[in-house]
Amino acid sequence: MTIESELSDAIATTRLTKSFGRTRALSNVGLRVPWGCALALFGPNGAGKSTLLRILATLSAPDAGDVRVAGLDQRKEPGRVRAVIGYVGHQTLLYDDLSAAENLHFYARLYGVTDAVSRVGELLTDVGLADRAGQRTRTLSNGMQKRLSLARALLHRPSVLLLDEPETGLDQQGVELLERVVRGVAEAGACVAFTTHDIERGLALADRVAVLAAGRLVIDQAVDGLGAEAVRAHLSLPGTGGAA
Amino acid sequence: MSEFLRTTIAIYAKDLRLEARTRESIVAVLVFALLSAFIFQFAFDPNPRVVATVGPGIVWVAYLFAGILGLGRTFVLERDGGTLDGLVLAPVSREAIYAGKVLGAFTLMAVVEALMLPVFVVLYDLPVINPWFASMTLLATLGFAAVGTIFSAIAVQTRAREVLLPLLFLPVVLPVVVAAVASSSSIFQGEGWSDFGRWFQLLLVFDTLFLVISSLAFEYVLED
Repeated sequence: MTIESELSDAIATTRLTKSFGRTRALSNVGLRVPWGCALALFGPNGAGKSTLLRILATLSAPDAGDVRVAGLDQRKEPGRVRAVIGYVGHQTLLYDDLSAAENLHFYARLYGVTDAVSRVGELLTDVGLADRAGQRTRTLSNGMQKRLSLARALLHRPSVLLLDEPETGLDQQGVELLERVVRGVAEAGACVAFTTHDIERGLALADRVAVLAAGRLVIDQAVDGLGAEAVRAHLSLPGTGGAA
Repeated sequence: MSEFLRTTIAIYAKDLRLEARTRESIVAVLVFALLSAFIFQFAFDPNPRVVATVGPGIVWVAYLFAGILGLGRTFVLERDGGTLDGLVLAPVSREAIYAGKVLGAFTLMAVVEALMLPVFVVLYDLPVINPWFASMTLLATLGFAAVGTIFSAIAVQTRAREVLLPLLFLPVVLPVVVAAVASSSSIFQGEGWSDFGRWFQLLLVFDTLFLVISSLAFEYVLED
């Protein structure tokens, strides 16, 4: 990590705007996430959560505004941004016909992980897939594939972890693993931004909360004192277990 | 090892491993090439005089259309499997991704072309077992792979990808097809380098030009 990135926020967007045709996905989003922080990003479907994470991950280009990840300009230095982020999206980014270990070794080579053999072994153990290392990914359950995807995102020890609805498809054991990862990354001084529809779990895990509604940032504050009801009120969604 | 070489080899090895396991592309491409060769067998009387005239064309029509089928799959598997984002997310040069993909496409086509050689011997008695023909075929195949890989990456991002790839690919590779057919004809007739050398030079220039231009343009193709 450079001095520049240490001094700046882990994530900083200014007047970030993105449209798809006539649909405005993000409108003037200004978000700051400090280092050592876990950010829970809430919002109803279509609010722009995934678009925001994809822009932060360099998978999508903003129409306007400034985006900095680890102090690096997303437009000018996408390669350096990619080196410091880990991303888990709706798709696992895994090859069905490679084994769990082969998938991780492939990505380890792309990321230039020097201790690839030990790192892959360590991560497979951490996500509970050590005994399935040689099994083809297509034969793993959805939850196992999601855990493997999390291992893929952690391979190069990213300093900014972006997780888009990471709990989807995970069983209780997987959710506990995810919680350990999120807290572990934040406590190590890095940064995690995750989207979720489970408000209670999100609030329990996060240090900071942001709520997007129709592409606009309507809440951006520390989690202290913020209850689930306050978040729900901004989502304008009834319910007890989460905002669908 | 440089980052470029490491990435190129990683992507190439991954594509070969996947193809060796699934054989999805090679079987489809080979069957298509075989069918093309057989159809021409029934379309006209393959006597030596006719074959001497149309033989090179038969070979390259079979290679070209089978090649389009194989090239079309270069990025379809990445797109359908959702792994294209994994490549885009990696902090590696886009040129290296392109190079790995070109090598994969080139290998697939070269293997099919090699497997088709005995078929052309049996069906048409063409003298395809020839070092000059082999060298020229490799050069032409590299040209196909260089152009086809970048157009495959463009086409895969559109809804009409099956239609778009041939529309983009065929006009651009026309010089390769012309050079391949003309030099094949010359080689099959037993002529020397002085007769077909200029076609080799054209293929070399084409390959170099498109490998450089496409690798530089590839970054913009992958961008959202």
